[in-house]
Amino acid sequence: MIVSCLFTLLSHWYRNPLQIFAYLSGVALATALWSGVQAINHEAKVSYRAAAQTLGEGQYNLIRPKQDKTISVVDYVNLRKSGWLVSPVVDGYFDNVRLLGMDPLTLPSSFLFANANLTSSISGNDFFELLMANENTSKNFGPNIKVIVDKNVAPGMAVGDISLVQRLLNKNSISYLIVNPTQPLEQTELEEIAPHLAIINTEQMTNISQLTDSFHLNLSAFGLLSFAVGLFIVHSTIGLAFEQRRAMMRSMRSMGVSIRTLIISVTTEMMILAMIGAVFGIVLGYLIAGLLLPDVAATLRGLYGANISGTLQLRPDWWLSGLVIALLGTGVAMSSQIWQITKLPILASAKPRAWMVVTTSYFTLQMKASVVLLTLGSIFAILIDGLVAGFALLGALLIAAAIALPAFLAWCLRKLQKSANTPLWDWFWADTRQQLPGLSLALMALLLAVSANIGVSTMVSSFRLTFISFLDQRLAPELFLQVASKDQSSELNTFLSERGIEVLPLMSVETVISKQPAELFGIKIGDTYRENWRFLDAVENPWDRVQLGKAIIVNEQFARRADLWVSDRVNISPDFTLPIAAIVGDYGNPKGQVIVNEELFSNLFPQLYPARFGIRTDNPAELQSQIINQIGIDKNSIIDQKSLKAFSMEVFERTFLVTSALNVLTLGVASFAILMSLLTLADRRIPQLSPVWALGLTRSQLGKLELVRAVLLALFVVIFSIPTGLVLAWVLLNVINVKAFGWQLPMFLFPFEYLKLGLYAVFAAFLAATWPSLRLIKTPPSDLLKVFASER
Amino acid sequence: MVLNLNSIRKSYRTNEGKVSVLNDVSLTLFAGETLALRGESGSGKSTLLHIAGALELPDEGSVEIGGKELSKMDDTGRAAVRRKDIAIVFQHFNLIPSLNVAANINFQASLSGPVDKIKLEKIVSSLRLTDQMEKYPEALSGGQQQRVAIARALVTEPKLLLADEPTGNLDEQSAESVLEQMLTLVAETNTALMVVTHSRNVAARMDKQLRLIGGRLK
Repeated sequence: MIVSCLFTLLSHWYRNPLQIFAYLSGVALATALWSGVQAINHEAKVSYRAAAQTLGEGQYNLIRPKQDKTISVVDYVNLRKSGWLVSPVVDGYFDNVRLLGMDPLTLPSSFLFANANLTSSISGNDFFELLMANENTSKNFGPNIKVIVDKNVAPGMAVGDISLVQRLLNKNSISYLIVNPTQPLEQTELEEIAPHLAIINTEQMTNISQLTDSFHLNLSAFGLLSFAVGLFIVHSTIGLAFEQRRAMMRSMRSMGVSIRTLIISVTTEMMILAMIGAVFGIVLGYLIAGLLLPDVAATLRGLYGANISGTLQLRPDWWLSGLVIALLGTGVAMSSQIWQITKLPILASAKPRAWMVVTTSYFTLQMKASVVLLTLGSIFAILIDGLVAGFALLGALLIAAAIALPAFLAWCLRKLQKSANTPLWDWFWADTRQQLPGLSLALMALLLAVSANIGVSTMVSSFRLTFISFLDQRLAPELFLQVASKDQSSELNTFLSERGIEVLPLMSVETVISKQPAELFGIKIGDTYRENWRFLDAVENPWDRVQLGKAIIVNEQFARRADLWVSDRVNISPDFTLPIAAIVGDYGNPKGQVIVNEELFSNLFPQLYPARFGIRTDNPAELQSQIINQIGIDKNSIIDQKSLKAFSMEVFERTFLVTSALNVLTLGVASFAILMSLLTLADRRIPQLSPVWALGLTRSQLGKLELVRAVLLALFVVIFSIPTGLVLAWVLLNVINVKAFGWQLPMFLFPFEYLKLGLYAVFAAFLAATWPSLRLIKTPPSDLLKVFASER
Repeated sequence: MVLNLNSIRKSYRTNEGKVSVLNDVSLTLFAGETLALRGESGSGKSTLLHIAGALELPDEGSVEIGGKELSKMDDTGRAAVRRKDIAIVFQHFNLIPSLNVAANINFQASLSGPVDKIKLEKIVSSLRLTDQMEKYPEALSGGQQQRVAIARALVTEPKLLLADEPTGNLDEQSAESVLEQMLTLVAETNTALMVVTHSRNVAARMDKQLRLIGGRLK
């Protein structure tokens, strides 16, 4: 029986190909963007896992030189002799591939390379002459280097025995030592054996996976938004198909189909179709992800130093999530229809388009629900701290705006109808009001897309302005350079002092302050800092206090993570606390920073010397060549202000390239929703338009009026989207950014951008309405006359 | 006995209050028997037909179809009775617009299993629908659509055929033709027929005639 019912239900789609196209493409578009984003996120996470497995990131304490770049073999031998169970690693770049030389005999067993000789088919001494890399990375090596392919090695990296890597990198030293978690009970202090080395605890290391969480969450939020927009198409199509089949379902019930059978049949039908749509969506998502992945990879590398694979693999984790969310989304979209089936009276007289006959009271109810939702979202965001609460507020805001839209449009149309001064316009506004329920879902989708565009573009542009001003403040010196040794540092200082050039030496160390991993900086306070740095909050004369060693300056992300603000005291070392004199904005930097004056820093870390310098000069090119020639600093260790700013801006722009692409795609999906709504409603319009045609309006006039209607409705949506988008931007800047990245950004307005976006949206609606309008213009008079002959 | 309605009462709630539609109505119908039910608009004819067709339940009284008491059944049970024992022909045909004539005729019968093709061809042929099988309902005239509805009803070999104004939407000539074919087939299959109609001509062709006045049978 179910097969017969299913066949009968499916026959509807066969006779209405446009509707099935709308339904399948709605599911496909919704699934595409979601699964595309999931594919990217998943690929990144696999890469992070591979990196953690290859590098042992965040699992072991490391021993690194306090200042120099390398550890000598003598130091390593001394440590081993003193009972330290450490394993040496050589780290360096070989033709853009990061080479890691490890010692499989001393390496802790959780490292990929520690077990490689057991799992590999190659044995004996041959193994020590091989590099391990994934398939893509292995292509970077010439025929002289033997590479064994292992998919578990992180992208962009190759691992080999330490002796082989030292040979390839032409190095005799060691980059760092991995400290085995199991150590002898008694051992000589590191400070005694090698005072120039330091232990870096796991908590001091940045965890790439945690660091990038907010980035991936942002992507997921966009995927979800696009999914929601696509779901409006699905909801609208299911609603229309249900209404058109109401009579069919009643007939089926009267012929002996039980409610249970009908529900099973409708659910099976919808789920089969959703699955077909989802498969198309997943394929589309794969293509989108493939296109976006290189940019995402560049962003993650630039922002967080995270290496992810630039090529995409079809992994069940993300395509299954696409399939599941498509089915869940369809389930949600069809739930109200299923509920209606249970209430479907077998004998009710035909009420075509009953779902369109939505009363004003229904709009009022939606408006009330909108207010309740917004209140709940705000309460949730106030009471619960965290990114999820921020996204809940964002979701509540968008849904509240969407469900309030029909009431707003109905109000506008009522006002316009009252002011109409000709019968034609009176009819036009009344007819538009009648169309509103049928079009409201597509218009809601457009609202979501335009609001998201306004919100996100306001956030990005505000960020850009702030970032440019921030770069001007922070990159005031004309040259930046890094020295290789203490001698070079002293030589450079002398060289610059002799010439009366203002130099800003910078000392730094990675440490833990207020239970947060942080970089402690020692700086020489001078006019450059005093004139250029702008604080988010500060006590009076903050620089004077820092210069006197009586206060510190911290960056915003450190202050927020440690829940500290101006005047709060911070433990710089176990027995030394200082108050915060100022909080400085530090956009784009994931790390917490604490700044003290250079004397204080040298007292705390006497063995460290300035390794980085900012230099003020009117002629950076000439000074650069003098420094290279006379002090012998490598030219790759010097960068001028202009290049550094350009690099920073490039990273910035790349970061938001993916966001912009997703924005455009969302707007495209919303335009498609309007097109599909107008097309599927077009047939239903004939009985409403025929009497007006018979009274003397031409088909061409009617077609043009349909276009005007679409454009006007889109215009109203844009007007409603602007305040919605601006509130969205405020939430993004003041809630999401603070919780995700640890910094708050000032909000700037960009009226010209909104105008441009509004025109795009109206134009998209115009394009979407063109086809249905042309169809109406070309409708043969015989079709219009059928209405009067009751043959339709 | 195919149909046994005993002391049926039915009322509806409206804005004006409770309106009693059927008041202590009883009737029986045997195999091969035909009955016309007449009455003014709003007299409760259709309600009685719907109760007889297991589409609605009475407030009081019992409904037996082929010896099965409907009030003791749930929706699935009543759906099974509608599927196997009853067929209904409506004034507005109630054809499924997305199915062609052949699929429409097959639909109800196929719900209960494979369709007897010889029987189907015979019914289709006697209703002169053989050339229309591939067409969709929208391409048929009113008379043709009603003949499809009758064919759909009879292919299921129901014990009871209920027809609600089956000729109400047809011109005189089509109405006569449809009625003639329906009566012939009912006689051939020994099916009980209850027709709700305003038409004296239609009523005159039935074995029995009853009038509903003020919710009571006369």
